[in-house]
Amino acid sequence: MPGPGMGRGPMPRGMKPTVKNPGKILKRLLKYMVLDNLVLWICVAACIGITVYCMTVKGTLFTKVLLDDYIPGIQAGTKTFGDLGQEILITVCFILVGILASFVQARIMVRITQGFQRKLRDDMFEHMETLPIKYFDTHSHGDIMSMYTNDVDTMRQLISQSIPQFLNSIITIVSVSISMLLLSWQLMLISLVMIGLMLFCTKKISGKSGKYFVKQQKAVGALNGFVEEMMSGQKVVKVFCHEDQNIKDFDKLNDELFDSANNANRFANIIMPINAQLGNFSYVVLAIVGGIMAINGVGGLALGALISYLTFNGQLNMPINQISMQINSIIMALAGGDRIFQLMDEKPEVDEGYVTLVNAKKNADGSVSETEERTGIWAWKHFHKADGTTTYVELKGDVVFDNVDFGYTEEKMVLHNIKLFATPGQKIAFVGSTGAGKTTITNLINRFYDIQDGKIRYDGINVNKIKKADLRRSLGIVLQETHLFTGTVMENIRYGKLDATDEEVKAAAKLANADSFIRRLPEGYNTMLTGDGANLSQGQRQLLAIARAAIADPPVLILDEATSSIDTRTEKLVQEGMDKLMKGRTTFVIAHRLSTVKNSDCIMVLEQGRIIERGTHDDLIEEKGKYYQLYTGNQIAG
Amino acid sequence: MIKRLLSYVKEYKKESILTPLSMIVEVAMEMVVPILMASLVNDGINGNDGTGDMGHIIKIGVFMVLAALVGLGGGIMGGVFGAKASTGFARNLRKGMFDKIQTFSFKNIDKFSTAGLVTRLTTDVNNVQNSYQMILRMGMRIPMTFSIAMIMSFAIKPKLALIYLVAVIILGGILALIISKAMKAFEQAFPKYDELNASVQENVNAIRVVKAYVREEHEKKKFKTASNNIYKIFSAAEKLTTFNGPAMSLTVYACTMLISWFGAKMIVNTGATDLNLGDLTALLQYCMRILISLMLLSMIFIMITMSAASARRICEVLDEEPDITNPENPVMEVKDGSIVFKNVNFRYNKEGKENVLSNININIDSGETIGIIGGTGSAKSTLVNLISRLYDVNDGTVLVGGTDVRDYDLEVLRDEVSVVLQKNVLFSGTIMDNLRWGVRKNRGKEDVPETPREKEEIEAECRRACKLACADEFIEKMPDKYETYIEQGGTNVSGGQKQRLCIARALVKKPKILILDDSTSAVDTATDAKIRKAFAEEIPGTTKLIIAQRISSVMNADRIIVMEDGKINGFGTHEELLKNNEIYRDVYESQTGGNGDFDEGGER
Repeated sequence: MPGPGMGRGPMPRGMKPTVKNPGKILKRLLKYMVLDNLVLWICVAACIGITVYCMTVKGTLFTKVLLDDYIPGIQAGTKTFGDLGQEILITVCFILVGILASFVQARIMVRITQGFQRKLRDDMFEHMETLPIKYFDTHSHGDIMSMYTNDVDTMRQLISQSIPQFLNSIITIVSVSISMLLLSWQLMLISLVMIGLMLFCTKKISGKSGKYFVKQQKAVGALNGFVEEMMSGQKVVKVFCHEDQNIKDFDKLNDELFDSANNANRFANIIMPINAQLGNFSYVVLAIVGGIMAINGVGGLALGALISYLTFNGQLNMPINQISMQINSIIMALAGGDRIFQLMDEKPEVDEGYVTLVNAKKNADGSVSETEERTGIWAWKHFHKADGTTTYVELKGDVVFDNVDFGYTEEKMVLHNIKLFATPGQKIAFVGSTGAGKTTITNLINRFYDIQDGKIRYDGINVNKIKKADLRRSLGIVLQETHLFTGTVMENIRYGKLDATDEEVKAAAKLANADSFIRRLPEGYNTMLTGDGANLSQGQRQLLAIARAAIADPPVLILDEATSSIDTRTEKLVQEGMDKLMKGRTTFVIAHRLSTVKNSDCIMVLEQGRIIERGTHDDLIEEKGKYYQLYTGNQIAG
Repeated sequence: MIKRLLSYVKEYKKESILTPLSMIVEVAMEMVVPILMASLVNDGINGNDGTGDMGHIIKIGVFMVLAALVGLGGGIMGGVFGAKASTGFARNLRKGMFDKIQTFSFKNIDKFSTAGLVTRLTTDVNNVQNSYQMILRMGMRIPMTFSIAMIMSFAIKPKLALIYLVAVIILGGILALIISKAMKAFEQAFPKYDELNASVQENVNAIRVVKAYVREEHEKKKFKTASNNIYKIFSAAEKLTTFNGPAMSLTVYACTMLISWFGAKMIVNTGATDLNLGDLTALLQYCMRILISLMLLSMIFIMITMSAASARRICEVLDEEPDITNPENPVMEVKDGSIVFKNVNFRYNKEGKENVLSNININIDSGETIGIIGGTGSAKSTLVNLISRLYDVNDGTVLVGGTDVRDYDLEVLRDEVSVVLQKNVLFSGTIMDNLRWGVRKNRGKEDVPETPREKEEIEAECRRACKLACADEFIEKMPDKYETYIEQGGTNVSGGQKQRLCIARALVKKPKILILDDSTSAVDTATDAKIRKAFAEEIPGTTKLIIAQRISSVMNADRIIVMEDGKINGFGTHEELLKNNEIYRDVYESQTGGNGDFDEGGER
């Protein structure tokens, strides 16, 4: 039963949503990422530091000493090749250390990145499993999925690329700046001006490109929506020969996307060359000024120092470019993080229940008491806080609705004043038109949703007091929409009772009338089901769902009958399966077909969330009310 | 495959050629800088016997600025052309695929999943676009950088440049080894990742089952195992790539050191005649560029291989041959609504052995109402899908109006044979927009806007169809009536309303043959009866085929076909079948007694 707000058209995915509080999210994200792996992160930072120092700084400075000290020195006879060899050896050692550090860093990053993704996924999934049904009814499944795929991926990029590059860039900028400053503070001033110019250009252009990227995302969303709709309706398109019109509509969206994508890419593309040439330009300016300084001996700048300085200057341009490129992906990651945190912050299903289900044995005096072994008898263990006593009530399947009101939202009530009672073993049927609230009732017994007013009692106990897990374990549900899991037929049936033996599974399948078709499957019980049992017919899937409920052997059953898509003959099988399953159990049936209803102990006719008629089949026929009308189908004739 | 894709570059050929050319200009200018720099050092700063030549410095400086400007021009042009070429290419690819999909027959459509097609049109095209841009912009740039730098180095000092050559070969070998290993590892890892996501999807969809059976812990355990597997597989694959960086650094610095050592020796030993300081600086600069370009090349290579999968999937769509096409001299008119099946056999799979339909022989007169009943998998839908040539028969012939359906113009045939599909969809738009799908095209005048009078007539026609399909009663109750907006997939109307709108849409065509494939299953029995009554009275000349599960829907038809396992089990009137046909009798008996289908009772 889809709740409110579901299926309201697709949200264009991949849109860049505005992040409300980026600082806060970043802080939380960093905390989440770094805290567990603090030691590893410190190692990474240290490794980056070592790498930058050993390779970038030492490596570049080697050129300076080579050109300024050693070659002229050897030429002048003050230094020997031995000295140079020694210098090279020392530098090689530094470089080897640097390489080792960078290797260690890469290794640690693999561990951090993959570990973080695993943690993130596990945390998300674990939390998701605790969320109430309402969450799934009010959020599009596509959006939930995109968190696991797109958003986790942006996180991966953040952690594996953006953050290390950011660290690297900052460390490089700091150390290179210091080295440059030491070489020549005069040239440093020129460098600063050039960097300012570069940042300014980047900002201007990326602002423009950003604007078009937003436009592009919108166009992508529109195109995706159209394509999704038309691909799923492709057969209808064919039947109505609507292809040409379709192509026309598509072309329009396609051209819009092309326009915005072209513009966005164009601006993004030219940032690099502009900065690169600005870099070259600054190289020229520095070379000339530095050259003049070297010739005139200003600031004690020698040729080697100038060349080192120029190399440093080039090395400075790279991290600055990188930082400006990373900013975009950091913003994307923040948006993803925001969505993930929203999921993590969703309140899990509350369960204040304290009445639990335990194995029990019957005593001579008719009372029940708890026991360790599996007896097949179950009892509700009810601890009374008031007087500190514990009572045991046998699980029978007695269900009472007392003036129950319910709405999926506060504003709109779906069920009004529902009163009903089912004694153990009874069969209660609900009939009524779509939207009358039949399926909703089943959502309440197992507390997928909580009622607003009134009481539901199970074996005399208010369901709110029963632990949800135990409550649900005592109820078997066959839903209108059958869902199967990837796995064998055997595993799917066993889902109802994880420790069931193969024989038990087969017995349950027989009970559900599923055995004969399963045997005919290519691999019998070991046939793999994929894609929600896509290789089975609707009726066959329904039979498996019944078998799954049968193996759980619950005292209370809720059956939301299969709909019209099952043909009459398969329906007969399904029907028989259900009938066998119902024997001796309290059953709530949402009826769609007459044959199910006829032999019910009580039939409830629902209309607009109220029970308008109740009684046995014969009673209701006599009454000549709504049920009679529905049953005979002669509303119109009359 | 590449050739196939490239044929979609079309009008962006110019840009596709200009992009690499611009990049060449940029690279060439970039490469000039070290030469000028060498000259600046040798003849400028060190010029005039070490006292410096100011004039030369200025002159070279001006050259360098000019080079930077030309390079800038090249770079910008490359960026602009590259963007246009790649996004234009993507546009053509999308259009090519979409147009192709529009020509697909049902059989072709069955081959691809909806989600698969959407991914191909979006994500896959995007991957190819990015790779194409990368190839255009970097594909020329990198080899150019590489070869120019190499040539320059050899020009300066062949003996020293040999060091680079050796280094390049070694590094290239190492990179190729690492990448090929890593690629293999990733290729094995990605399907696992898809599996993980599929299992999440499954869990989200089936959350009610998970919760009803209290299997949250079980699912968590399953998920943790799977996510841990992913962790292991991806870690192993990524660990391979961590060798890339160190291998690269090692080579760069080994080269630097070797050049420094031998360079220093040369300068000293020959008294700077054979090699001077400026040359050495230039050599060191080229060293960096050569090796960086090699590194970039390996990255591009990874990117291309990754998008190769996308390219392959796009080609699958582009290469799919529509198996139903218009005949050469099509018949443009359907005479009447008679239908004949002659010895028809049909299989979904050409190679498949088992017939889905076997030996079907039917004669249906124009204007008859035919009911079709039978279990799931008895091939009822398949049977009717052959009439409007949604699939082609394997043996035998299907005749409509006395002519083989394969001889008709497809559009003519499908306009006259209107099918309401079992899995039907409404599209986002108003109710009127949806009904208009049924309006026949004004051939040859597609682009002429309709006059207000024509519009009036068409809308009146649509309303009439809705009355026939008993849809007007609920449409009129809606606040915006015919202008009510239908959400994608028709989620804001009930199942029964949706079916009635779909029937109305098919009626707008005014077909000679109308086929309802289980199209009133969600409509209550009374309304169902009313619709059938309207059909009988208002469109008596139209041949009507009605597939249904409900016996009451077919009971009053002129004749009824009983299908079983792809064969015709019985064909006759209600009374005849009741007498002679066991299946029919079975179904009838199980459903008699008011055929109570309560479910949709209130939906009228």
